[in-house]
Order: sequence, then C-alpha cells, then structure tokens
Amino acid sequence: MMSEVQTKTTVRVRLNVNGAVHELDVEPRWLLSDVLRHQLGLTGTHVGCEQGVCGACTVLVDGKPERSCLMFAVQAEGHEVTTIEGLTPADGLSPLQEAFQEHHALQCGFCTPGMVVTAAALLRDRPNPTEEEVREALSGNVCRCTGYQFIVDAVLAAAKEGRS
Amino acid sequence: MKPVAFAYHRPRTLQEALERLHSEPDCKVLAGGQSLVPLMNFRLSRPGALVDINDVEGLDRVETTDAGIRIGALVRHQVLSDHPLIREVHPVLAEAASHVGHWAIRNRGTLGGSLAHADPAAELPAAMVALDATFELASVHGVREVPARSFFLGYLMTDLQPDELLVAVHVPRSEGRAFGFAEFARRRGDFALAGAFAEVSEGGAGAVTWFGVSGGPERCELTFPEDAAAREAAFTALVEAFDPGEDAPYRRHLAVLAAERAYQQAVGRRG
Repeated sequence: MMSEVQTKTTVRVRLNVNGAVHELDVEPRWLLSDVLRHQLGLTGTHVGCEQGVCGACTVLVDGKPERSCLMFAVQAEGHEVTTIEGLTPADGLSPLQEAFQEHHALQCGFCTPGMVVTAAALLRDRPNPTEEEVREALSGNVCRCTGYQFIVDAVLAAAKEGRS
Repeated sequence: MKPVAFAYHRPRTLQEALERLHSEPDCKVLAGGQSLVPLMNFRLSRPGALVDINDVEGLDRVETTDAGIRIGALVRHQVLSDHPLIREVHPVLAEAASHVGHWAIRNRGTLGGSLAHADPAAELPAAMVALDATFELASVHGVREVPARSFFLGYLMTDLQPDELLVAVHVPRSEGRAFGFAEFARRRGDFALAGAFAEVSEGGAGAVTWFGVSGGPERCELTFPEDAAAREAAFTALVEAFDPGEDAPYRRHLAVLAAERAYQQAVGRRG
C-alpha cells in the first residue's frame, strides 16, 4: 500500500478475510465493518452502534475479537480477518452454533454473530471456562432479547461437549 | 454515521511518524482507535489526516529498566493486563488494565491512546499518577520527559503538543509502598462512576488517587487513620473538594467506598 493517501481518493488494499485474499479499492475512511458488508457481501457482520459498545460487529483480527466498526479497512491489510462466515461450515452449523440453536440462545438474531465470534475465541483460549469467565468474555456484547442466560447456557454446553 | 474523509499515513519508523506530525496540519495520531474512531464516526472529531502508528517498530515493548519498567505506548490493554513482568512488578496496574472496556476493546486499545485521550473516568491515567510514572514525549525537536502528575491538565486535556507522540511510560518500582485498586461501574467494562488507587507506606503514610469524580486524576496525600470510621471521615472530607457532575452525592459516596477497598487491598499486599 502507498504510504501517502490523499483525501477522498481510494487506495488499493489486499485484505485477507476468511482465508481468501481480496484486492479492493477503498477510501481510508471506510470502516472495516462496512467494507466486509458492502464490498465483500459478508453481511453476517452486523452493524449496531458504530461506537464499539454493542459488539454486533465483532470479528477476529489475527484470532483476537475486535470491533470492526472501530477499525478502518485500510488498517486490516497485513492481518487475518475472520468473520462469522469464516466460522460457519459450508454445510450446516458449527457445534457452537448448534448449541446456540438448541439452547434458544437467540431470538431476533441481531447480536448473534458477535456473540458466536466472541464465544468461539473464548473456547479456543479456554476450552473449559467457568460461568463467570463466559459472562466476562461476553460482557462486551449487548443482547436485548434473551437476558443472556440462554447464551451463557449455550456456550457452557458447547464447552462441556468439547466443541466450539 | 461515518467519518469525514481524511488523508491516511501509515509510517513504519518513529522518525517518519514524527515528521508527519510536524509537517501535516490538522493531524491526529491513530493508535488503537477505541476512543478516536467513535468520535470520528459521530463526526465530533474531523481530523484532516491520520498518522496510524500501529506499524511503527519498537512501540509495543515492555522492558525492565534500572528504576522500574518501561512500557511502550502501543502496548494493548489486554497485554498490559496479562503481562508477567507487569503482574510481578505492579499487579495493581495489570488489574486496572483488566477493567478497561471489554475484551474486544482491550485487544485493540493502547496504553498511549488512553493516556493521550485523558478521559476523566479512565483507569490508566489515574494509575500513572498513582504510580508516579514519567511519560516520554517525542517530536522532531527531541524527547521530553513529563511526570504523569503534571501531564493531565483537565477534562480531555493534557500537556501533549500537537506534533508530539507519547512513545513510552516509565513506571518506577514501588520501593516499600503497597498499592491497591478498586472501582465502581454499572457493569464490568463500563466507565467508572468512581474509582481509586491507594498507596500505603510504613506507618500508614500514603495517598489516594481518585478517578471518575473530577476532570482528571486527583491525588491526595494523607496518613491513613487506623480506625475505620476515622478513615471514612478522612476520605469523605477529601472527596468533598471534587465535582463529579451528575449524581454527585452518590458518586462521592462511591469514591469513599472505592478508597476504602483500595486501602484494604494495599494493606493486604503489605502483608
């Protein structure tokens, strides 16, 4: 990428998303969340508050949960981005996603991608988390439907069965 | 909303970053972006250019020095919280970092960013004041060292000049002092309603550094009374001087409780 970028011009970037490399022309001001959705059609990443509070846009950057609404797409160059699509098998659901379904861990589904992305990273780092650790890890993801209990149940159930 | 257009620079060396900050008007530093990008998304901040320092080499180190530890400005909150050296030398700093935002915020937010932003309810500016840290501020003119205790000037205001970059902090070893930390927030990860660091030395001498109750960190030296009721009275008298804004009586009450819990933790660490 060029080291200097002028206002309102686009710049060509190479983004590694879900293991595939995409060459895109982006304005520096475009948020990673918007580029994922509008340029790459990865609409599983949801956009709620655009101020880092709600957690719906959470993706993995080099394996760590981060807010895609608080990062410019140009900044993702040189890093590996994983979205909810990248955590979903070609057919069906991942075991963690199945646990969400079994435990009624979603109603409207708006927060679900961010919840699953964050929980998947938690279970990778801590295969047997305590309930407190699950609640702490998910504390940055807001759900207005479930009251969280079924989400916590689903993550603990997935952990218990050794799946993520 | 979306940010206004800006010129984007991603230097790889400190010199390049400092030259850009010096030559470009209306330029802001982009580190973790966890405070700056929300402000830009809401167009409360409209910088003409950003200098993204994430690729600048050497800013993300934690090192032992003769006097204590040197922590690079790009060290993320989660790293600060988990780092073995910091947990050993200043467990209170690691604990405070674990209270900054949520996991996803801590994975990206940086120490330097939190200090330069200077939110009055933030943990790390108060931690630096409590631990008597010194900041390394670099510009094309050279490096100047500024004590944390004179860096914070008020609500979101610091001594950092527009062409300067905070590159590292120096935190001295505790040397016979024990520190404790406590805060109250509506939920873990929210900004503090009130919080405190306590410093306790031989004979009960020490200090309390409060945050969230004023325009910036507030450090008050005192000799801690041994009697709990007398301590409460001493804390209450001190927090009377602060203007926490909304819910002032409640938050002064929380500030007193936070000071007591921080004191108890510090005393526990003295053993």
